[in-house]
Amino acid sequence: MTTVDGPVLPKLIGERVKRREDPRLIQGQATYVDDIKLPGMLHLAFKRSDIAHGIIQSIDTSAAEAMEGVELVITGAELAEHLGPMPIGTPFPAPDHYSVATDRVRYVGEPVAVVVAEDRYLARDAADAIEVEYEELPAVVDPEAAMEPGSTTLHEGFERNIAVESYWGGTGVNPETAQPEDDSAVDAAFAEADVVVTQRMLNQRLAPNAMEPRGVVAHYEPGREYLTVWSATQNPHILRTLVAALMGLGEHQVRAVAPEVGGGFGCKINIYGEEYAAAALSRLVKAPVKWIEDRTEAFLTTTHGRDLLGYIDLAAKSDGTITGLKARIIADIGAYEVLLTAMIPTLTGLMMNGVYRLPVVRHELTEVFTNKTPTDAYRGAGRPEGLYFLERAVDMLARELDMDPGEIRRKNFVPADEFPFATQGGLVYDSGNYEPCLDKALEVADWQGLLAERDAARAEGRIVGVGLAFYVEVCGLGPSAVVPTGGWEHSGVTVERGGKVTATTGASPHGQGNETTFAQMLADHFSIPLEDITILHGDTSVVKQGIGTFGSRSQAVGGAALISAAGKAGDKMKQFAAALMTDQEVSPEDLVFEDGRIQVEGAPEVSKTFAEVADFAYVPVPLPPGMEPGISEEAFFEPENNTYPFGCHISMVEMDRETGETKLLKLIAVDDCGNVINPLIVEGQVHGGLAQGIGQAMFEEVVYDEDGQPVTASFMDYVMPRAADLPTFELDRTVTTTPINPLGAKGVGEAGTIGSTPCVVNAAVDALSPFGVTHIEMPLRPERVWRLIQENGGQS
Amino acid sequence: MIPTAFDYRRATSVAEALALLQEGGPEAKLLAGGHSLIPMMKQRLAEPGLLIDIGGLDELRGIEEQDDGDIAIGAAMTHAEIAASELLRAQAPIVAETAAAIGDAQVRNRGTIGGSLAHADPGADLPAVMVALDATIAILGPNGDRQVAAEDFFQDILTVDLEEGEIVTGVCFAPCRSAAYAKLEQRASKFALVGVAAALTLDGGSCSSARVAVTGASSHAQRLGGVEDALAGASLPDGAASAAAGAGDGLEFVNEDLHGSEGYRRAMTAVFARRAIEAAAGRG
Repeated sequence: MTTVDGPVLPKLIGERVKRREDPRLIQGQATYVDDIKLPGMLHLAFKRSDIAHGIIQSIDTSAAEAMEGVELVITGAELAEHLGPMPIGTPFPAPDHYSVATDRVRYVGEPVAVVVAEDRYLARDAADAIEVEYEELPAVVDPEAAMEPGSTTLHEGFERNIAVESYWGGTGVNPETAQPEDDSAVDAAFAEADVVVTQRMLNQRLAPNAMEPRGVVAHYEPGREYLTVWSATQNPHILRTLVAALMGLGEHQVRAVAPEVGGGFGCKINIYGEEYAAAALSRLVKAPVKWIEDRTEAFLTTTHGRDLLGYIDLAAKSDGTITGLKARIIADIGAYEVLLTAMIPTLTGLMMNGVYRLPVVRHELTEVFTNKTPTDAYRGAGRPEGLYFLERAVDMLARELDMDPGEIRRKNFVPADEFPFATQGGLVYDSGNYEPCLDKALEVADWQGLLAERDAARAEGRIVGVGLAFYVEVCGLGPSAVVPTGGWEHSGVTVERGGKVTATTGASPHGQGNETTFAQMLADHFSIPLEDITILHGDTSVVKQGIGTFGSRSQAVGGAALISAAGKAGDKMKQFAAALMTDQEVSPEDLVFEDGRIQVEGAPEVSKTFAEVADFAYVPVPLPPGMEPGISEEAFFEPENNTYPFGCHISMVEMDRETGETKLLKLIAVDDCGNVINPLIVEGQVHGGLAQGIGQAMFEEVVYDEDGQPVTASFMDYVMPRAADLPTFELDRTVTTTPINPLGAKGVGEAGTIGSTPCVVNAAVDALSPFGVTHIEMPLRPERVWRLIQENGGQS
Repeated sequence: MIPTAFDYRRATSVAEALALLQEGGPEAKLLAGGHSLIPMMKQRLAEPGLLIDIGGLDELRGIEEQDDGDIAIGAAMTHAEIAASELLRAQAPIVAETAAAIGDAQVRNRGTIGGSLAHADPGADLPAVMVALDATIAILGPNGDRQVAAEDFFQDILTVDLEEGEIVTGVCFAPCRSAAYAKLEQRASKFALVGVAAALTLDGGSCSSARVAVTGASSHAQRLGGVEDALAGASLPDGAASAAAGAGDGLEFVNEDLHGSEGYRRAMTAVFARRAIEAAAGRG
C-alpha cells in the first residue's frame, strides 16, 4: 500500500479531550459583560422594593436627580411610556409585567425606578436617595393559603391567585385530541389496589447562583438606528427577538452578544426587565449603558427554581406492580410569569411517568402567584421535581412492601422491546434499555455489599442508610411544536483559505464546552487537527440564527445542526477536490477525508491536501461547471422528537445521632446519555449536576418569612454545597443511542440534578427508618433530622 | 454589594493609627483583615467615612512566649498564621485548632484574631476560646494601655469593652494543653451555631477545675458556670456527659434562626460542651 507523508490524525470523538476554553477562563483572559467598556458609557442602578406587596403612593427622585453626575432618574411609570409589558414564551394567560413596576410591587427586590449615572457607585448612591412611599398590602406567602377564597390577590383577573390550572388523567391521553380518555379508571385502580402510599412532599425553592451574576450593556446608535446588547444570557438570539419587539425595532436592527457567560443553570434563559430597561434607556440618554447585578440582587431578582408542592398517591399490587399514580401539584411560581415560568411545572407532570409502565395516571396542576421572586427554569426544569415525587413514592412503596428498591423498579420498568414508548402524558420516549443500567449501577455500587455495610454500621449504633433512584428525563428541546421560540438549531461551517475551519453555532454555551466537543466532531468529519478549527458563538452578527442553550440541547440539536452543515461543506470540498483531480477521473463520491487530505478511498496517493482544495475553492480557476466559489455552508436542524436519557443513582449517608448532621458517604451515578463525544466533559456535567442535586437534597433552600421578606439573601444564610461536603463520585455509563439525531447523543447537562436528589433523600429515609420515619422534607437540615430522631426518643 | 464612599488611610504605626482614629472620630473604623467589616460595608450595614488600615503593622504581629511563660499573639496575626504556629500547637493547641476551623481558607488567610475579638460576632469561634483560657485582651488608647479579662471584654452582641479611639493590640494567655474547642457549624457561614471551649486543670483522672465558655448559642461568648462547677472534682472522661448535660439550660438568652431554634441550640450546647470536655480530657 502506498503511503503519503504527514501525520496520522487520531479520531477524537469519544476521547477525553481537555476543554480548549479553560486556559483563557482560568487565566483571566476571557471577556465577560462586565469587561465591556465603551466610550461615554453610563451606569444603571435600580431602586428596588424592600417590601413584598404594596401600592406605590409616591416616588421622590429629587435628591437623586440633584446629585452631580446623575444623568437621569426615571420611575417605572415613566419608563412604561417607552417600554410595554414584557413578553412571555408560554401560551398561558399572564398579567402585565413591566420591566420596572409602575404602580404596585409584588416581591422584595422588584425594581421601581432606575438611575443613570456616570459611575456605578454614584448610581447606587442615587438609587438609595430615592424615597418611595407604599401603601402596604398583606403578603401572600403560602401557596395553599393563596388559593383560598377571599385571600389577597396579586393580580386583577387572577382570582385566588391561580395562574394556570391543568388536569389530565385516565388510561391515557388521546393523541388526536390531547384529551384524557377515561378518568374513572383511576379511582377504580386505587379502589382495587392492595397497597396505596400517600405523601405530601415539598420540592423546595432554590436560587440558581451562577458564579457570574447577570449583566447587560446596551448601546443604541441613533444615527444607524441600531441597537447592540451584550448580556450574560444563555440565548442571545431569543434576546434579540424579544428586545427588538419591545423596542419597536426589527431583528435586523438589533445585535445581541453573549460574551463569556459564567454559568446559567436556566436562570439566564429569561429576558429580564433590566435588559429591556437598559436598551430603552440607552436610546433615551443617547449613550451606552451598563448594569451589573450584585449578589444580593441575584438572590432577590434572578429567577428562582423549583418550589412545587406535591400530593402523591401511588397504588400497587402486593407483588410490587404499580397500578396507578395520582399527583396533585401546586406550583408556587412567585409574583409574575416570566419567559418560561408557567411551562416548567407542566413538565413535572409529564415526566412523572418515570421509567415505569403506569396503567393509569391522574395529574392535577395548579400554578399560584405569591409575593416572591418569579420562578423559571433551573437545571432540570420540571424533571427533578417530577422524578423526585415519583422516586420518593416508589421508594415508600418498596419500604411498605419490604421489597428491594432496585427490584421494585425492575418489576415496573418499561421493557426494552416497547420503545418507542408512549407515556400516559402523551410523550414518546425515543429509546431506552433500563435493566442493564440498573444492573450496572448495582454492580458499581456493590449494592449487596452496601446493604451489609449499612447493617454492620447499624449494629454498631450508627445511623446509616442507602438509597437508589432511577430517572428518565427529557432532553434535546425542541421540537418547534413545543418550544415557542422554535426548537431547531442552526450552524454554519466555513472552510477558510489555507484549510482552517470556522464554525458557528446558535447553541450559545455558558460553560458546556461546545468549543471543544464541536471541534472534535469537525476534526473527525474533515480529518483535520483540532487546532485548525474555531467554534464561534454568542453573537447574532456572527451566528446568523440560533435558539440557545437550555434543556440539554447543545449536542442533541446544536451538534446535529453542526454535522449537517459540515456535511454540506464537505460535499463541496469533495467537488472542488475532484475538479483538481480531473486528470485522474475522480468522482466526488469516491473521495474521503483522511489525515488532512482528500483522497480516493483506499488510495491515498490519489489525493489533494485539505489546504490545497480550500485554496482552490477561493481562486477556482477554472471554476468547475455549475459551482459557486468558496465553501461556507449552513444548516438548520429540526428534531422530530425529544431524547429521553436515563440513569440510576445510588447513595449512602450517615447521620450524627446527637446533632442530626448528615454526611454523604457515597454517590454512584450510572447515566445513559446515548453516544458520548467527550467523556471528560460528560463527567464534568454529571459532577456539577450531582453537586446541585445533592445541594437541593441536603443544603439549599430559599426561605421567606411571613411578611414575604427573604431570609436567605446571601451566602451567609443560603447554604451552597462545597467541595468538602461531597464524596468522590463514582461514575459509569451505559449507552443507548437515540434515532432522533445523527449523533445518537441524548444530552447530559441536567442528568445529575435529577437522579441524585431523590436518591439522597431515599438514603436519608432509609437511615431514619429504624426511628419510624417514612419521609423527610428537603433540605436535610441538621435540626430537622435531629427532631425526627428526638421524636423517637433518640433510639432506633 | 456596593459600599458608600469612604476615605482610606494606611497607618504606618500604632501611634499613627491612634492619631487617625482620634482625628476621624465616630466616622473612623479600623481595618485589618476586613472579613467582617467589608461584607457589612458592601451590604451598607456599615458606612464608615474613614478606614484606617492597621493590617500590616509589625507592632501588631507575632506569636511569642513571654518571660513569664505566657503566650502573646499580636492582633494582626491571621487565623492561618495562628493555625500554623508551632508554639501554639505545642503549648495551646486549642488556639491553633480553632483558628484552623474558622470559615474557609480565604477567611483564614485574611481575617485576624484582633478583628475577630473586637468585632465579637455572636458566632465567632475565638472569643469562646479566649474566655475559656482566661486570656487578657491588650488595648491601647489615647490614655495609654490597659488589659481586660476576656470574659469581661465580651459584653453583648457585637459589643465589647472598647472605647472610641482604642485599638486591640493583642491577646495573652497562659499555656494550656488540656483544652479543646468543639463546634457545630452553621452550614452556610461556617460560624459556630454552637461552639464550646473547655480548658481543664487535670489531676490524674479527675478535673480539679475548669473554665468552659460557649459561643454561637447566645449573644456573646460567655462562661458556662454550671458546667464548670459540675466539672470540679469530676472524673473524666466518664463524668463529661453529666457535667455537660445542663449546659444549655443555664443560658439566659439563646439565638434562634433558620439554622437552629432555641431548643436545638440549647441541646447542642450540652452536646458540644461534652465533646469539648472529652477532647480536652483526652489531652491530659
